[in-house]
Amino acid sequence: MTAIESAKKIKARFGDLISEPAEFRGETTLQLADAEKIAEVCACAKNDLGFDYLVDISSVDNYGDDPRWTVVYHLRGLRHGGELRIKTGVSEEKSELPSVIDVWKTANWHEREIFDMMGIRFSGHPDLRRILMWEGYPYFPLRKDFPLAGKPTELPGVAFTKTAPLEGGPFVTVAGGGDATGREPRVRPPKE
Amino acid sequence: MIFMAIVQDIEVPDSAARSARAADELQDAVGEKMVLNMGPSHPATHGVLRIVLELDGEIITKADPDVGYLHRGDEKIAENMTYTQFIPYTDRLDYLAPLANNVAYALAVEKLLGIEKDLPPRCQYIRVMCAELARISAHLLGLGAFAMDLGAVTVFLLSFTEREKIYDLAEAISGARFTTSYTRIGGVARDLPPGWLEQCRKFCDEFIPALNEFETLLTRNRIWVDRVRDLAVISKSDAIDYGLSGPNLRGSGVEYDLRRNQPYLCYKDLEFDIPTGAVGDCYDRYLVRMEEMRQSVRILEQCIRKIPGGADNQSNEPVNVADGKITLPPKQKVLSSMEELIHQFMLVTEGVNCPPGEIYFGHENPKGELGFYICSKGGGTPYRMKIRSPSFVNLSIIPKIFQGAMISDTVAILGSLDFVMGECDR
Repeated sequence: MTAIESAKKIKARFGDLISEPAEFRGETTLQLADAEKIAEVCACAKNDLGFDYLVDISSVDNYGDDPRWTVVYHLRGLRHGGELRIKTGVSEEKSELPSVIDVWKTANWHEREIFDMMGIRFSGHPDLRRILMWEGYPYFPLRKDFPLAGKPTELPGVAFTKTAPLEGGPFVTVAGGGDATGREPRVRPPKE
Repeated sequence: MIFMAIVQDIEVPDSAARSARAADELQDAVGEKMVLNMGPSHPATHGVLRIVLELDGEIITKADPDVGYLHRGDEKIAENMTYTQFIPYTDRLDYLAPLANNVAYALAVEKLLGIEKDLPPRCQYIRVMCAELARISAHLLGLGAFAMDLGAVTVFLLSFTEREKIYDLAEAISGARFTTSYTRIGGVARDLPPGWLEQCRKFCDEFIPALNEFETLLTRNRIWVDRVRDLAVISKSDAIDYGLSGPNLRGSGVEYDLRRNQPYLCYKDLEFDIPTGAVGDCYDRYLVRMEEMRQSVRILEQCIRKIPGGADNQSNEPVNVADGKITLPPKQKVLSSMEELIHQFMLVTEGVNCPPGEIYFGHENPKGELGFYICSKGGGTPYRMKIRSPSFVNLSIIPKIFQGAMISDTVAILGSLDFVMGECDR
């Protein structure tokens, strides 16, 4: 069973919640409209379509757009070799979606990492703590509005206050901006 | 009076004794639980892994791994530089196999560009050789450290003798022993130097006898086998459920190897076997790694024989994609021709112009599947790059397999999982 067939089966099962499968570089992507259904869709993909291996969960910060977060699941069926990507948007006010830890145990650390780096919470996760940063760290460093140089803070040793080596360099992009030109600092008018 | 006071003390137990008795009555009839902190600086944690162990006597009842001590924010850094500029950062992911990381990253960006099929054959063979040399090097260190943690120091010293030769090979192609940064988007930094293939063949010839020697030291060694056999058994379903990859997945009997199941580069034209374990214990994971090194040598020998252009590349086979918008043009052309000058200028200042879109590419690295998820909105920098690191995922099974193990088994289990914290923490 190829990825596109699986994608069509999921589409048939969940109807309007699932977008038409998109193809890019031989990979199939499905967009799920309602993030609350993600655990259901994943359970269906695993139990009915044989996607028994969760490769990865990623998150993207669409700063300035709504919904702000995109959570990306990479699924693989070890037996049939198909791969499928399921994406779902989560709004900034909510910043929460169901955990898929009951479907694949490997989701545990992936979800903790996303919580740590982006600040998206996973309901039903048994142990949602920071994983790479330390307990008590106040920020979510992979958000686009968190500067590369870190933030000044009253607390010593919590966040860096020195300028990062690349800050102000030609390739330090800025948050937002629909295209690469908008994010490039060099094309912006110089500050007064 | 004094006598009376002493009698009173004995009759009325202090608060500590009271609470201890209460705890005894409640539960924990076997013994007191003790919490032991292991790491982050511990010789068996191979870096900066910290594990909080809860012990009942010598038995581990709970293990809580604490990672992140080596977190450098590679994903954030990647969003702020061009694709080519990130190549040196990939050296520092799995720092025991930098060449393989270089190849994985270059292939991911090439997939986004849609040029992975256009790579010249010579470049593909060179990259395969790099990846396999890195595999041998990483497995040798993993094996040496594993054996040393269990008391077999000789293996460590012998394996480092062989690794030294791989470092020499890496130095010859890239100029650096450790931080190679050898690949470029659309090719490699430079062609193989004269005599490199001969040096590589010599390494292959000498390596198999050395590997046989390691086997005589370990594989049927009673002490070694007793320490690692039937220890930390990971079942097939658990291995898949926890997302293990690489030798840890294959050690549990799942025959899945990205080189075979999703062939990239020229792996389709090469013959090799995929070793798998039968039980899924530490011994199986050790055996799988030993056999993988033999298979890597087999691949290397085929590459040396089949590489287009041969040792000195008399026929001038290209090693880079012939597209001035992706790879740097030859320096002589840059100095004499306008178009190449523009290409060079644009590539250096703005980077390779990637189309908008998103891709995931998984590469069979020595530790497992090293994947890059690149979300591009066009231009020379990624909008978001997620690194799926095999060590991070492999370590997440620790709470499961540590439960019920003896405290002296921790070093054996950690050695058999073979992780690198630089890659785990990113």
